[in-house]
Amino acid sequence: MIELARGPLTWVAFALLVGGTIWNLYTRLVLARKDKVVYPYWSTPHAARSILHWVVPFASRNMRLHPLFTIVSFAFHACLLLTPLLVMGHAVLWQESWGLSWWSLPAGVADAMTLVVIGGGVAFIVRRIAAPEVRNVTTWRDHLLILTVIAPFVTGLLAHHQLLPYRAMVTLHIVTGVVWLAAIPFTRLSHMLWFVFMRGYMGSEFGAVRNARDW
Amino acid sequence: MADLADSQVVDPGIDGAIKTLTPEAIERVIAGALDRETAARLKVYLETCVRCGLCASACHTYLSRDRDPDYAPVAKVRNTIGVMVDRRGKVDGEFLRSAARIAFTECGTCRRCSAYCPFGIDVSYLILTVRRICNLLGIVPQYLQDTVNSHAVTSNQMWVQQDDLIDTLLWQEEDAQGELPGARIPLDRVGAEVLYSVIAPEPKILAQLIANMAVIMKAADVDWTMGTSDGWDNSNMAMYSGDFETMGRIERRHWDAALKLKVKRVVMGECGHAFRGAVYDGPRWLGWRQPPLPMVHAVEFYHELLTSGRLKIAKKIEKPVTIQDPCNIVRGRGLHHKLREVLHMLCEDVREVDPRFEHNYCCAAGGGVINCGPPWKLSRMKSIRVKAEQFAATGAHLVITPCHNCHSGIEDILKHYKLKMEVAFVSELLVKAIERPA
Ligand code: SF4
Ligand code: SF4
Repeated sequence: MIELARGPLTWVAFALLVGGTIWNLYTRLVLARKDKVVYPYWSTPHAARSILHWVVPFASRNMRLHPLFTIVSFAFHACLLLTPLLVMGHAVLWQESWGLSWWSLPAGVADAMTLVVIGGGVAFIVRRIAAPEVRNVTTWRDHLLILTVIAPFVTGLLAHHQLLPYRAMVTLHIVTGVVWLAAIPFTRLSHMLWFVFMRGYMGSEFGAVRNARDW
Repeated sequence: MADLADSQVVDPGIDGAIKTLTPEAIERVIAGALDRETAARLKVYLETCVRCGLCASACHTYLSRDRDPDYAPVAKVRNTIGVMVDRRGKVDGEFLRSAARIAFTECGTCRRCSAYCPFGIDVSYLILTVRRICNLLGIVPQYLQDTVNSHAVTSNQMWVQQDDLIDTLLWQEEDAQGELPGARIPLDRVGAEVLYSVIAPEPKILAQLIANMAVIMKAADVDWTMGTSDGWDNSNMAMYSGDFETMGRIERRHWDAALKLKVKRVVMGECGHAFRGAVYDGPRWLGWRQPPLPMVHAVEFYHELLTSGRLKIAKKIEKPVTIQDPCNIVRGRGLHHKLREVLHMLCEDVREVDPRFEHNYCCAAGGGVINCGPPWKLSRMKSIRVKAEQFAATGAHLVITPCHNCHSGIEDILKHYKLKMEVAFVSELLVKAIERPA
């Protein structure tokens, strides 16, 4: 089971992630020509300016209006992206499969970052239920999506600490990780792919065309 | 929950039109519009919006209505275009009725939320797409459609005939001469440096503003003219009703008129939506990257005249004033700093609202909302409580705004919320404050 998960399944996941990403970006970026206004008004400096104000914590007014959310969200996203790349267990895999080696996190730090992701995900779910403006537009799919994202972190943590049967946990960890990666281009997780383009376009419309700030 | 009273408003332009539609026609029109007229923006915005609700804090409608979640931008999108796309047009009359109410009367397409959504999702564009679809279905609030009809027939917003226009301009010229001898309103003068264009309500109901401009032009010794043939009106309500064909036609006329007069540039009166239509939405629909001549908003023009010394201030206004930043020239042109400079030159006591500049709250009148007319006025007042609170907090006696929609909207706000303030255009202060050449 573990071999199946580690081998073909992981390949399928990466294929879906890479293929899906290319498909998602390519089809929509081509379609954007039909919008007529996207490419003619795109301005890289203004796009960059806007993106910068939205990837630096508290650089936009709305982030300052929601300090707690901003902290949770930034911590969540940073740990979500970095932990899988830098955790020791994965480094071994990179090394074994590709001969790539790089620095990896001390175990304690990796654990803490994993907990941040899990805690952040739980906080998002709570917010989805507690805040009326969010609950109003939330469906079960939005909850499922958050669970999909934190599942590999939960299983990874359990596997690492061998709190439950190790082999079963590792298998579960791989399976949930695979689902998460494969879901990116096909669900609202694609906000990860599109953030730069969407923010960049609005930054251009505001900055280059209208001489105004959008943060 | 949407406000019950608002959802019961009867508007023949909406209710009457819906009665004539069959389910097949609705589906055909919506699916056709989605296929022909939308592309990546619609798709990506709808697919990637993470439903985080952060855009809610941007919207005056939401904030003014006790944070009712149905007025958050994301909810308005989901309850209109979101459903249309999900069901590919298989929607019923009841749905269309609420979608039209939301799109025409509960969102002013002010674009504030694009600066509050982390992804910069263009809710204004999405809502305008809803209006476009409503328009293609024949569903438009009656008052708004009436304005568009006037545009379509007369090229101006208020059924003004050419002889009436000329008569009004001559009369305003006389008035201006009473104020400042030698003031003139040169009509259709080819080769002038400046073509001054206004929205039709100026000659129709606020003619004094044109006399003000004549005084300012004389005092600053500007070589200017006003047009009297079709295209003189720079307003454009078709842009907001979703009748983009008419919108394009109006803007082409406006620019044609300017080109025929061979002027160097167009200076426009104090209006926000007219700037948006003439500089952005109109040209884009016509496939022009930019308008064929430079267009300068009145605020920029006053700023230029004051900072270059062509206009001098003799006596500043003493009573405390506050400012309404019009969306279409702050988020739409970044003129807030120039507006401040002008007003600080003009007034002793300028009191700021918070938030301001690009973060201003919309007046709730712009975006065609006020043009939906009396049936929707109470709803509009409910949507703008935050603005009344902002004004009240300043203790000012006068609200200054360089925009016709803001001006009318604020008049309503002051009355409805019983604020003891008045509202004025910048030109009204300028004529009082400037040095008159002997
Ligand atoms: S009124 Fe303005 S802030 Fe509110 S949804 Fe419409 S564009 Fe966004
Ligand atoms: S802030 Fe943007 S992503 Fe979040 S719900 Fe609003 S439109 Fe969607």
